[in-house]
Amino acid sequence: MLDINKVVDGDKLTIVLNGRLDTTTAPELESQVNASLSGITSLIFDISDMEYISSAGLRVLLSSQKAMNKQGSMKVCHPTDDVKEIFDVTGFSDILTIED
Amino acid sequence: MRELIVEAKDENLDEVLDFVNKQLEELDCPMKTQISVDVAVEEIFVNISHYAYSPGKGSATIRTEIIEDPLGVSLTFLDHGIPYDPLAKEDPDITLSADDRQIGGLGIFMVKKSMDDVTYEYKDGHNILTIKKNIQ
Repeated sequence: MLDINKVVDGDKLTIVLNGRLDTTTAPELESQVNASLSGITSLIFDISDMEYISSAGLRVLLSSQKAMNKQGSMKVCHPTDDVKEIFDVTGFSDILTIED
Repeated sequence: MRELIVEAKDENLDEVLDFVNKQLEELDCPMKTQISVDVAVEEIFVNISHYAYSPGKGSATIRTEIIEDPLGVSLTFLDHGIPYDPLAKEDPDITLSADDRQIGGLGIFMVKKSMDDVTYEYKDGHNILTIKKNIQ
Protein backbone atom coordinates (compact mmCIF):
# COMPACT_ATOMS: atom_id res chain seq x y z
CA MET A 1 0.00 0.00 0.00
CA LEU A 2 1.15 3.51 -0.80
CA ASP A 3 -0.60 6.78 0.02
CA ILE A 4 0.24 9.56 -2.44
CA ASN A 5 -0.53 13.13 -1.42
CA LYS A 6 0.22 16.05 -3.70
CA VAL A 7 0.48 19.68 -2.70
CA VAL A 8 0.91 22.32 -5.39
CA ASP A 9 2.15 25.78 -4.47
CA GLY A 10 2.63 27.82 -7.66
CA ASP A 11 5.33 26.08 -9.64
CA LYS A 12 6.35 23.92 -6.69
CA LEU A 13 4.96 20.40 -6.29
CA THR A 14 5.41 18.38 -3.10
CA ILE A 15 4.54 14.70 -3.18
CA VAL A 16 4.23 13.02 0.21
CA LEU A 17 4.56 9.25 0.16
CA ASN A 18 3.42 6.96 2.95
CA GLY A 19 3.90 3.18 2.71
CA ARG A 20 5.66 0.90 0.24
CA LEU A 21 6.96 2.03 -3.14
CA ASP A 22 7.20 -1.32 -4.94
CA THR A 23 6.18 -3.22 -8.07
CA THR A 24 2.53 -2.94 -7.11
CA THR A 25 2.42 0.76 -6.26
CA ALA A 26 5.10 2.28 -8.54
CA PRO A 27 2.90 2.46 -11.69
CA GLU A 28 0.30 4.60 -9.88
CA LEU A 29 2.97 7.01 -8.64
CA GLU A 30 4.53 7.20 -12.09
CA SER A 31 1.25 8.11 -13.75
CA GLN A 32 0.45 10.69 -11.06
CA VAL A 33 3.89 12.29 -11.47
CA ASN A 34 3.60 12.34 -15.25
CA ALA A 35 0.18 13.98 -15.02
CA SER A 36 1.38 16.70 -12.64
CA LEU A 37 4.71 17.98 -13.92
CA SER A 38 3.47 20.52 -16.44
CA GLY A 39 4.70 23.99 -15.38
CA ILE A 40 6.49 22.64 -12.29
CA THR A 41 10.06 23.85 -11.69
CA SER A 42 10.53 22.42 -8.19
CA LEU A 43 9.56 18.85 -7.34
CA ILE A 44 9.91 17.57 -3.78
CA PHE A 45 9.34 14.02 -2.61
CA ASP A 46 8.74 13.84 1.14
CA ILE A 47 9.47 10.21 1.97
CA SER A 48 9.73 10.29 5.77
CA ASP A 49 6.88 7.76 5.99
CA MET A 50 7.97 5.62 3.05
CA GLU A 51 9.23 2.45 4.70
CA TYR A 52 10.31 0.47 1.65
CA ILE A 53 11.53 0.95 -1.91
CA SER A 54 12.36 -1.65 -4.56
CA SER A 55 13.92 -1.19 -7.97
CA ALA A 56 10.46 -0.47 -9.44
CA GLY A 57 10.28 2.52 -7.09
CA LEU A 58 13.81 3.61 -7.87
CA ARG A 59 12.90 3.65 -11.55
CA VAL A 60 10.10 6.15 -10.89
CA LEU A 61 12.47 8.42 -8.94
CA LEU A 62 15.04 8.17 -11.74
CA SER A 63 12.53 8.99 -14.49
CA SER A 64 11.23 11.91 -12.39
CA GLN A 65 14.80 13.17 -11.92
CA LYS A 66 15.40 12.95 -15.68
CA ALA A 67 12.22 14.91 -16.37
CA MET A 68 13.06 17.58 -13.79
CA ASN A 69 16.61 17.97 -15.11
CA LYS A 70 14.94 19.48 -18.20
CA GLN A 71 12.58 21.86 -16.40
CA GLY A 72 13.87 22.61 -12.91
CA SER A 73 15.05 20.71 -9.86
CA MET A 74 14.05 17.79 -7.69
CA LYS A 75 14.67 16.95 -4.04
CA VAL A 76 14.06 13.80 -2.04
CA CYS A 77 13.54 14.61 1.63
CA HIS A 78 13.75 12.71 4.90
CA PRO A 79 14.48 9.10 3.87
CA THR A 80 14.51 6.50 6.65
CA ASP A 81 17.85 4.81 7.40
CA ASP A 82 16.76 1.64 5.57
CA VAL A 83 15.75 3.54 2.45
CA LYS A 84 18.92 5.62 2.63
CA GLU A 85 20.96 2.43 2.62
CA ILE A 86 19.20 1.30 -0.56
CA PHE A 87 20.02 4.69 -2.15
CA ASP A 88 23.67 4.20 -1.15
CA VAL A 89 23.97 0.65 -2.49
CA THR A 90 22.45 1.57 -5.84
CA GLY A 91 24.38 4.81 -6.35
CA PHE A 92 21.15 6.80 -6.14
CA SER A 93 22.65 8.86 -3.32
CA ASP A 94 24.87 10.46 -5.96
CA ILE A 95 22.26 11.17 -8.62
CA LEU A 96 19.43 12.37 -6.40
CA THR A 97 19.50 15.46 -4.21
CA ILE A 98 18.70 13.99 -0.83
CA GLU A 99 17.92 16.05 2.27
CA ASP A 100 17.80 14.54 5.74
CA MET B 1 11.57 -26.60 4.75
CA ARG B 2 8.42 -24.82 3.65
CA GLU B 3 7.20 -24.40 0.13
CA LEU B 4 4.79 -22.13 -1.70
CA ILE B 5 3.74 -22.66 -5.31
CA VAL B 6 1.95 -19.81 -7.08
CA GLU B 7 1.30 -18.70 -10.61
CA ALA B 8 4.15 -16.38 -11.61
CA LYS B 9 2.33 -13.05 -11.88
CA ASP B 10 2.79 -9.67 -10.16
CA GLU B 11 -0.57 -9.98 -8.41
CA ASN B 12 0.86 -12.83 -6.32
CA LEU B 13 3.82 -10.82 -5.01
CA ASP B 14 2.05 -9.96 -1.75
CA GLU B 15 1.28 -13.64 -1.10
CA VAL B 16 4.94 -14.52 -1.67
CA LEU B 17 6.12 -11.72 0.64
CA ASP B 18 3.63 -12.75 3.33
CA PHE B 19 4.88 -16.33 3.10
CA VAL B 20 8.51 -15.25 3.52
CA ASN B 21 7.87 -12.58 6.16
CA LYS B 22 5.88 -14.96 8.36
CA GLN B 23 8.93 -17.15 8.59
CA LEU B 24 11.25 -14.20 9.24
CA GLU B 25 9.02 -12.94 12.03
CA GLU B 26 9.14 -16.34 13.72
CA LEU B 27 12.92 -15.92 13.79
CA ASP B 28 12.69 -12.45 15.36
CA CYS B 29 14.37 -11.07 12.28
CA PRO B 30 15.25 -7.34 12.64
CA MET B 31 13.17 -5.01 10.45
CA LYS B 32 16.26 -3.84 8.57
CA THR B 33 17.12 -7.40 7.52
CA GLN B 34 13.51 -8.12 6.65
CA ILE B 35 13.39 -5.11 4.33
CA SER B 36 16.50 -6.22 2.45
CA VAL B 37 15.11 -9.75 2.11
CA ASP B 38 11.78 -8.33 0.90
CA VAL B 39 13.56 -6.26 -1.74
CA ALA B 40 15.42 -9.35 -2.96
CA VAL B 41 12.27 -11.50 -3.00
CA GLU B 42 10.41 -8.84 -4.96
CA GLU B 43 13.15 -8.46 -7.57
CA ILE B 44 13.48 -12.19 -8.13
CA PHE B 45 9.78 -13.03 -8.14
CA VAL B 46 8.90 -10.12 -10.44
CA ASN B 47 11.68 -11.15 -12.82
CA ILE B 48 10.17 -14.64 -13.04
CA SER B 49 6.71 -13.16 -13.41
CA HIS B 50 7.75 -10.88 -16.30
CA TYR B 51 10.21 -13.00 -18.23
CA ALA B 52 10.27 -16.73 -17.41
CA TYR B 53 7.22 -17.75 -19.41
CA SER B 54 6.65 -14.70 -21.60
CA PRO B 55 4.22 -14.53 -23.36
CA GLY B 56 2.71 -17.61 -21.67
CA LYS B 57 2.01 -18.51 -18.06
CA GLY B 58 3.63 -20.80 -15.52
CA SER B 59 4.35 -21.36 -11.87
CA ALA B 60 7.00 -20.25 -9.43
CA THR B 61 8.02 -22.27 -6.40
CA ILE B 62 9.50 -20.60 -3.33
CA ARG B 63 11.19 -22.74 -0.68
CA THR B 64 12.39 -21.39 2.64
CA GLU B 65 14.86 -23.04 4.96
CA ILE B 66 16.33 -22.00 8.28
CA ILE B 67 20.09 -22.12 8.52
CA GLU B 68 21.70 -22.46 11.92
CA ASP B 69 25.05 -21.22 13.18
CA PRO B 70 25.08 -18.48 12.14
CA LEU B 71 21.32 -18.08 12.10
CA GLY B 72 20.01 -17.24 8.68
CA VAL B 73 17.47 -18.03 6.06
CA SER B 74 17.83 -19.64 2.66
CA LEU B 75 15.26 -18.92 -0.04
CA THR B 76 15.10 -20.90 -3.26
CA PHE B 77 13.13 -19.80 -6.31
CA LEU B 78 12.32 -22.35 -8.99
CA ASP B 79 10.64 -21.92 -12.35
CA HIS B 80 10.50 -24.10 -15.45
CA GLY B 81 10.60 -21.25 -17.92
CA ILE B 82 13.25 -19.99 -20.33
CA PRO B 83 16.76 -20.79 -19.01
CA TYR B 84 18.13 -17.54 -17.65
CA ASP B 85 21.07 -16.86 -15.35
CA PRO B 86 20.48 -13.43 -13.82
CA LEU B 87 23.95 -13.49 -12.23
CA ALA B 88 25.56 -13.50 -15.67
CA LYS B 89 24.18 -10.02 -16.30
CA GLU B 90 26.75 -7.26 -16.05
CA ASP B 91 26.31 -4.93 -13.06
CA PRO B 92 24.94 -1.48 -13.93
CA ASP B 93 27.37 1.43 -13.78
CA ILE B 94 26.19 3.16 -10.62
CA THR B 95 28.55 6.09 -11.08
CA LEU B 96 26.70 7.54 -14.08
CA SER B 97 24.62 10.71 -13.80
CA ALA B 98 20.83 10.57 -13.82
CA ASP B 99 20.65 11.47 -17.49
CA ASP B 100 23.00 8.64 -18.45
CA ARG B 101 21.58 6.01 -16.12
CA GLN B 102 19.44 3.29 -17.64
CA ILE B 103 16.00 2.78 -16.17
CA GLY B 104 16.44 -0.99 -15.80
CA GLY B 105 19.03 -3.50 -14.62
CA LEU B 106 19.05 -2.52 -10.96
CA GLY B 107 17.02 -5.33 -9.47
CA ILE B 108 19.46 -8.24 -9.52
CA PHE B 109 22.29 -5.87 -8.61
CA MET B 110 20.40 -4.96 -5.43
CA VAL B 111 19.94 -8.67 -4.69
CA LYS B 112 23.66 -9.34 -5.09
CA LYS B 113 24.59 -6.38 -2.88
CA SER B 114 22.15 -7.07 -0.08
CA MET B 115 22.30 -10.88 0.30
CA ASP B 116 25.12 -12.86 1.87
CA ASP B 117 25.10 -15.49 -0.86
CA VAL B 118 23.40 -15.84 -4.26
CA THR B 119 23.71 -18.90 -6.49
CA TYR B 120 22.10 -19.98 -9.74
CA GLU B 121 21.86 -23.32 -11.46
CA TYR B 122 19.82 -24.79 -14.28
CA LYS B 123 18.82 -28.33 -13.50
CA ASP B 124 16.19 -30.76 -14.78
CA GLY B 125 14.50 -28.02 -16.80
CA HIS B 126 14.38 -25.59 -13.89
CA ASN B 127 15.97 -22.25 -13.15
CA ILE B 128 17.02 -22.49 -9.52
CA LEU B 129 18.08 -19.30 -7.78
CA THR B 130 19.04 -19.49 -4.10
CA ILE B 131 19.69 -16.55 -1.81
CA LYS B 132 20.96 -16.66 1.74
CA LYS B 133 20.80 -13.96 4.36
CA ASN B 134 22.30 -14.02 7.83
CA ILE B 135 20.04 -12.77 10.59
CA GLN B 136 22.10 -10.78 13.06
